[in-house]
Amino acid sequence: MNLRTFLLGTCSAVALSGLAQAETLTIATVNNGDMIRMQKLTEDFTSKNPDIQLEWVTLEENVLRQRVTTDIATKGGQYDIMTIGTYEVPIWAKQGWLLPLDNLGADYDVDDLLPAIRSGLTIDGKLYAAPFYGESSMVMYRKDLFEKAGLTMPDAPTWDFIADAARKITDKNAEIYGICLRGKAGWGENMAFLTATANAFGARWFDENWKPQFDQPEWKNALDFYVKLMNDAGPPGASSNGFNENLSLFQTGKCGMWIDATVAASFVTNPKESTVADKVGFALAPDTGLGKRGNWLWAWNLAIPAGSQKVASAEKFISWATGKDYLKLVADKEGWANVPPGTRTSLYANPEYQKAAPFAKMTLDSINAADPKNPAVKPVPYVGVQFVAIPEFQGLGTAVGQQFSAALAGQMSVDDALASAQQLTEREMTKAGYIK
Amino acid sequence: MARNVSTQRKIVVTVVAWTIGILIFFPILWTFLTSFKTEAEAIASPPSLFFFDWTTENYHEVQSRSNYFLHFMNSVVVSFGSTLIGLIIAIPSAWAMAFSPTKRTKDVLMWMLSTKMMPSVGVLVPMYLLFRNTGLLDTRTGLVIVLTLINLPIIIWMLYTYFKEIPGEILEAARMDGASLSKEIIYVLTPMAIPGIASTLLLNIILAWNEAFWTLNLSAAKAAPLTAFIASYSSPEGLFYAKLSAASTMAIAPILILGWFSQKQLVRGLTFGAVK
Repeated sequence: MNLRTFLLGTCSAVALSGLAQAETLTIATVNNGDMIRMQKLTEDFTSKNPDIQLEWVTLEENVLRQRVTTDIATKGGQYDIMTIGTYEVPIWAKQGWLLPLDNLGADYDVDDLLPAIRSGLTIDGKLYAAPFYGESSMVMYRKDLFEKAGLTMPDAPTWDFIADAARKITDKNAEIYGICLRGKAGWGENMAFLTATANAFGARWFDENWKPQFDQPEWKNALDFYVKLMNDAGPPGASSNGFNENLSLFQTGKCGMWIDATVAASFVTNPKESTVADKVGFALAPDTGLGKRGNWLWAWNLAIPAGSQKVASAEKFISWATGKDYLKLVADKEGWANVPPGTRTSLYANPEYQKAAPFAKMTLDSINAADPKNPAVKPVPYVGVQFVAIPEFQGLGTAVGQQFSAALAGQMSVDDALASAQQLTEREMTKAGYIK
Repeated sequence: MARNVSTQRKIVVTVVAWTIGILIFFPILWTFLTSFKTEAEAIASPPSLFFFDWTTENYHEVQSRSNYFLHFMNSVVVSFGSTLIGLIIAIPSAWAMAFSPTKRTKDVLMWMLSTKMMPSVGVLVPMYLLFRNTGLLDTRTGLVIVLTLINLPIIIWMLYTYFKEIPGEILEAARMDGASLSKEIIYVLTPMAIPGIASTLLLNIILAWNEAFWTLNLSAAKAAPLTAFIASYSSPEGLFYAKLSAASTMAIAPILILGWFSQKQLVRGLTFGAVK
């Protein structure tokens, strides 16, 4: 190919890219399994709505978050529908960046949405995003190892029981570790787990006047407990383990227990991926008897950015993707076990689903046990179980997460980690104007 | 004149060269091998190097999930387009600075390079607004413009250093023979500088091909190049290494093959010609 042909080709390709298209919805979405499945099933939607075309932008969670945040903050208008988490919904709705979903159709049945999930997406009585799938956290454990150690896992264990069992199961020579927990720094990594766990220990991020609480004894108890437990019964190098690292440890038979997202249940029980698929049991996330369980609440939701020109079509699509019929469609094509979990009460009442998904009841109980508007034992001024729904939290959570990860790695003491978390949170919250 | 090299020394040099070569190539080899494993084998510990059940399942999955050809064409247009436009602008400016420098030339060069020193994310929002207002968001034209601009300093610097090595007397002789400025650049300077221009071209195509900040942030569905294609295969929740490896192999294969072929041309070009 000579240079001239090439230049011509380049120029014509550049020119072609400018051509306009008919009514097309551009949907930004995260690349989790349930979303990928939805993409494959959209023919059902386009055949019912031949005047609407769909275009997908599928990205990894963190890239997606940066991408859609830039677009919505600058009113870029690149997307007609955005997939966002429960963290973003209340913040963006308050900014006026999202449209309320008022016209999802007569048969949508908003009241069927799980109350815990719905309440996190409702601001001033209006629903600003429709949940596509929801998750909480729970204990996954190895029934065979528990039996060998002569232990029985209760349905609702306490942290003391978990710690005791983890130490008994651990056999470091055989590379079996009693408990695998997140240690990798990040607001959505170790801080999701630790913030939720701290709730069970009576701790909270802020008091009613937004004063940081890392200098309180509850945080010290929680972090001390976690670091000691992980040193005694956790895998080596735990401070760099996130969801995926723990998933692979558990699937290869190296963890006695793993406390993490309920969505993991379908991975660890899948015999194609997991060597322990038939030996896994489930229990609620542990508590300390103070009335709160350390389980979080998360959902991926579809929302329409304010200023969208294609609201009616977008609402049609959201109603299709998060409606009851979609659950049936997935069940028909791919089986009940693959239906997106955690959004609708009717799904959990369905006997076929209960049979196909052994973790269904525990998932529902875990989601119901979380209360995003009232997450801690003491009162708090914020919404969110494993996060604080303020724009500053992403940066703060990651900075605090780095201190706690360092404490787990033994690079600093628990006291030093808490002191520096307190200091940096106070500084940021003062700068942001929450405290004087 | 060939030097006398002992066999022992030859062996040592060969072993060292191969070790370094394999070390550098290993991550690519590993990605390639992983792309043929199942997800469970991809995370198996200890990992197996060659003895696993080879499967092309990941490639099928990637093919069915994304429109590879669209992303590929976007990458080709954006990387080649931006590099060619960059060269057209950079050759005259590098000529000016190399052959008729002023006392400010060094400052100008340094100033151009200084634009590369700022982290890209610092200007993300202003750039995004500019693109929104001009309707360039998610267009190949927009990506060509931004990649031309960010790679221009490097192109000019590279060409400048190549041009500096060409004796000014040759150009002077052309002028004495009555060549105009454009003829001097096109018929005298450019042919002599072909090896330099070729290596600048190749390096900038690779840089533009791999550019993952602007191409990801300024594109959505239509203009997204292969960087966005890769970004849809990693995941904080769930196993993805095998699929990600398959996507990565597909994304780097074209540029790797291009590099392989043009490497020979480049080496020949560098050892040939009037100047060297």
